[in-house]
Amino acid sequence: MTETTELSLFEFIAHEAQLLDALRLDEWLALFADDGRYWVPLRGALQADDGTHNALADEDRLLLSLRIARLKNPRAHSQHPPSRCQHVLQQPTVVHADAAARRYELRTPFVYVEARADRQLMLTGCCRHRLIDTSDGLRIELKRVDLLNPGAALPAIQLFP
Amino acid sequence: MTAYRRPADIAALVEDDRVHRDLYLSDELFALEQQHFFANTWSYLGHASQVPAAGDYLAVEIAGRPLLMVRQGDGGIRVLYNRCAHKGSKLVSDECGSSGKFFRCPYHAWTYRLDGTPLSIPLKSGYEGTRLKDCESGRGMVALRHVAVYRDFVFVKIGDAGPDFESYFGAALRAIDNLVDRSPVGRLRIDGGVLRNIIHCNWKMYLENINDTVHPVSTHESAAQAANALWQGQPAEAPKPMAMEQILPFGESYDFFDRMGARVYPNGHSMLGINFSIHSGYAQMPDYEQALAAAHGVERAAEILQRSPQNSVCFPSLALKGSPQAFRVIRPLAADRTLIEAWSLRVEGAPELLFERSMSYNRLAFSPMSVVAHDDVHLFEGMQQGLRGEGNDWISLHRGFDPAERAAPILDVNGTNEILMRNQFRAWVEFMTMSMPE
Ligand code: FES
Ligand SMILES: [Fe+2]
Repeated sequence: MTETTELSLFEFIAHEAQLLDALRLDEWLALFADDGRYWVPLRGALQADDGTHNALADEDRLLLSLRIARLKNPRAHSQHPPSRCQHVLQQPTVVHADAAARRYELRTPFVYVEARADRQLMLTGCCRHRLIDTSDGLRIELKRVDLLNPGAALPAIQLFP
Repeated sequence: MTAYRRPADIAALVEDDRVHRDLYLSDELFALEQQHFFANTWSYLGHASQVPAAGDYLAVEIAGRPLLMVRQGDGGIRVLYNRCAHKGSKLVSDECGSSGKFFRCPYHAWTYRLDGTPLSIPLKSGYEGTRLKDCESGRGMVALRHVAVYRDFVFVKIGDAGPDFESYFGAALRAIDNLVDRSPVGRLRIDGGVLRNIIHCNWKMYLENINDTVHPVSTHESAAQAANALWQGQPAEAPKPMAMEQILPFGESYDFFDRMGARVYPNGHSMLGINFSIHSGYAQMPDYEQALAAAHGVERAAEILQRSPQNSVCFPSLALKGSPQAFRVIRPLAADRTLIEAWSLRVEGAPELLFERSMSYNRLAFSPMSVVAHDDVHLFEGMQQGLRGEGNDWISLHRGFDPAERAAPILDVNGTNEILMRNQFRAWVEFMTMSMPE
């Protein structure tokens, strides 16, 4: 892989998090491939992708658009006052690259903070992005969020770690 | 703080058609609940499928007591206090696992058989001539006396007062039957993990809401509108993705929820949606229905499948859904803090799709990342704060009140009747005061 490509992958990861933090959620959703998936497995990094275990969230574009439409609805009571979030990302590493298929997998350790009114929630873990480089640019096939302690009893998480 | 030392003071908090705000706010009442209410009622502890082999254990805290459900060598289930007889160390600190053939305390290595009886002690000779054998510490781990395993659902009653299992639940157990009978072989298995939520509200508020059908129209407006907008324009017969099938009905009308009907049982139990529910419209599975008919007979199979109550409350800790096969456990942590667990079930002998529905529903409705529950949680937490305001000490439960309602042991009502909550609070007073000195 050329250095430019690696840089563009890293920039994509940073850009994705910035869109979330800025609550530019429609633009964020547009980064997903048509069959893209956002997944927060309940066993974190230990979980196999075989459908035998549940997730905190496991969403295709339909469900993601539902979530985003709900957040925008003035009657989304839990967004009065609104939630805000901040991703703090470590430098990603490319764990897999298939230049011929234009598919890349990256791993990005993160700290995620979600704040609302006088409460703040912090999560940490590792993101795994499976990206495909299309003629329209990079698209997310899978964003897998492996939380450090996903099985813990958690308060409401309203945005997107 | 000792405002509530007499049963009459507690009974005065629950009137026929309203309850006092202290029920949700008072730390003293919470402490009394831990001591009395949860000692006198039957609490759900765990599912037998979580301890498949001899020596398997599940550690759970109920009303502040650390408990250990253990599969015995003979296949039975015992519940012990997770406390070493020596100095009180917890025997296990994982939430589940296997102890092998015996428990060994990590502190000074006292060991116990799976039933809690003492097995060995290091430096045994040091105890010769002492009173150890004759006192509690020599008797091993303490076993709970009141344990009931009903179709693999394990319940405990901590104290000796309060009714026995059958008289406590009575006909409300049909909700468990309906769930288990969905398996052609009559067996369920916990699977897929548990979703755990911390909600900053009183546990009774959460429990009430399980029976509240008037809130979805306004509370869940945002989720229902978003789902409807996405689904708009689809022909009525278009197959819905599972998530849509599960979310769209949250937007049903007042009339729908009223007509679904409800039933109250003695001791606080209830069943919401005795005619139909938001779960009635899931796609059919002919092969599975045939398998069920083969197992139970056509008539009984139809009866099981047609009945998909929205929620069956086994008061005070368990809320079941027959379809999707899932349940919630309510675990009070403080007057203003409650742990809610949502468990998924595999129905043995049934298609994988049922398990997928169970997990999908829990994820959409009961995950900390739910698309539906955020608004509920926000409102519960807001009520917990709002109730601190003065000028009105009471919570209204007047809807549908009929002075004659207390006379009927089992009563069928319209789905929006607040009798389901009145019924819970009547039971709350009864079990709270049962073992309290006058
Ligand atoms: S506390 Fe268990 S052996 Fe001492
Ligand atoms: Fe609700």
